[in-house]
Amino acid sequence: MSMILFFAAAASDAEPMMEVTGQAASVAIEILILTLLVATAVSMIRMRQLFGVAMLSGIYSLLSAAFFVALDAVDVAFTEAAVGAGVSTVLVLSGIALTAKREMPVDRRRQLLPLLIVFVTGGALVYSTIDMPAFGDPQAPANAYVGAEYIAQTPQDVEVPNIVTAVLASYRGFDTLGETVVVFTAGLACLLLLGTTLRGGGKGGRD
Amino acid sequence: MIEFILARYNYWIVIALMMTGLYIVFSRGNLVKTLIGLNLFQTSVFIFYITMGKVFGGTAPILLGGHAEEGHGEEHGGDHAESTHGTAYGEHEDSYASDPLHEGGAVNTIEETHAELSPGESLHTAPEGAVNELARAETPAGDVAKAALDHGTEILYSNPLPHVLILTAIVVGVATTAVGLSLAVRIREAYGTVEEDRLEAIDNQDDRAEVLV
Amino acid sequence: MGHLILRVTIKTLFAPIILFALYVQFHGDYGPGGGFQAGVILASAFILHALGFGLDRCQRVIPPSWLPVGMALGVLIYAGTGVYTLLFGGNFLDYDVIQPDSHHHAGQHIGIIAVELGVGLAVAATMLQIYYAFAGREPEPMDDSW
Repeated sequence: MSMILFFAAAASDAEPMMEVTGQAASVAIEILILTLLVATAVSMIRMRQLFGVAMLSGIYSLLSAAFFVALDAVDVAFTEAAVGAGVSTVLVLSGIALTAKREMPVDRRRQLLPLLIVFVTGGALVYSTIDMPAFGDPQAPANAYVGAEYIAQTPQDVEVPNIVTAVLASYRGFDTLGETVVVFTAGLACLLLLGTTLRGGGKGGRD
Repeated sequence: MIEFILARYNYWIVIALMMTGLYIVFSRGNLVKTLIGLNLFQTSVFIFYITMGKVFGGTAPILLGGHAEEGHGEEHGGDHAESTHGTAYGEHEDSYASDPLHEGGAVNTIEETHAELSPGESLHTAPEGAVNELARAETPAGDVAKAALDHGTEILYSNPLPHVLILTAIVVGVATTAVGLSLAVRIREAYGTVEEDRLEAIDNQDDRAEVLV
Repeated sequence: MGHLILRVTIKTLFAPIILFALYVQFHGDYGPGGGFQAGVILASAFILHALGFGLDRCQRVIPPSWLPVGMALGVLIYAGTGVYTLLFGGNFLDYDVIQPDSHHHAGQHIGIIAVELGVGLAVAATMLQIYYAFAGREPEPMDDSW
């Protein structure tokens, strides 16, 4: 009951009961997806068969895409589903085909120090979340300044219904140009590292 | 207490995912697995950003109501939009044909026009009718518009800025992962292994051989 | 190579995926989507085809030598839009100068479409280039399993 009261407080004034339960349901879905994400990530640690790890990372991407939809980030979810679950998995699989199929077993003693570092760092980060603004707070500093400005100004400045596109291509066009150049450079680096088929080294399409 | 936990649950999960990725990067010697761990770390940062941008009661940052109608003006409501424009600008034909950027002399008349009918705003600050229309339509978008109308509040949108940053970061992330993987492929071709321990051993052997020569 | 069911599925899906990529590309102003997503989807259609029917057949349709050109052209379309606005007296990527008389911000719309086109081309070419680079390598025989 206190949970429902909390959402009633978090939502705007005097919502009807139906809306409150709807919000509780959406938060429940988010928590479920997050728990599944952690389960996938933890099982990735244990698995030494790299093919399985690649598949799990594909599942992880798809789950995070679902999570992005639950948090209203439809554009991001779209990208994550296309890139993470699609292209990225194919690339990792072809990388595995060219390198190694299994991982060497790791020395137990070598795992202790990383474990210690991870727990100390994680503990410090969890301690820092106590001061963080509550999840979904419209008054949070991250939502207050430039983001609100974009929402308010897009109808006048750009007149494109999708605010994300307006910010991406118009307000922050210079930023996106930089990102495109980074993608271009990465493609060029792959080309230089692995070469084209011109060098005669290996043609695909084995029958 | 439960409020406190629920309000920070997402952050803790993000930290757990981030630390899982970090642990894989630290403890595993296989280069491909290290790259996958790095990916995990990266995705946890994406989730953190999107979590920050969420607003309770908000919807996806795609304009609803009057603005959406406006944006689709060219396609669907073409004649409707044209007719309002025709009447609005008809009287000020001479002043609106020019632009302050290009014709300095017309600035005064332009300002006058803005003061009188403010073309940017007059069309946007009256979304009441459009929201009404949308609320009657049985669409998912209609629900939010209807809820906003019922409470007499503005439609709330989630913060679009983290979405933009993460959208580009995802594509850049896969491109840079591909560069890392191709480095691993080249290392495998040169050394015959992608395990860090073995690579180190082979390198040390080479060093010793050089010293002996 | 390949299973019959896989081949039939890939053949059926190939055209709709490309159509969907084009829809995402040009509808990015109104709904979710844009150049980044469209580029990845377009590349994934060809990657799917190459996975099912072999790299050679895919490379006959899109020769590897086109892809660096596509990558560079995409970036140049983006940067060129900025230079265009610069030449017309605006700031870099200030699309309003493309159609200064429009009260519908037609200049913004044209600019965004041009820029997204550049992004889509660059991303699609890069993704396909990366796949070609990986798939074109002959896997070495792996006697030791790691």
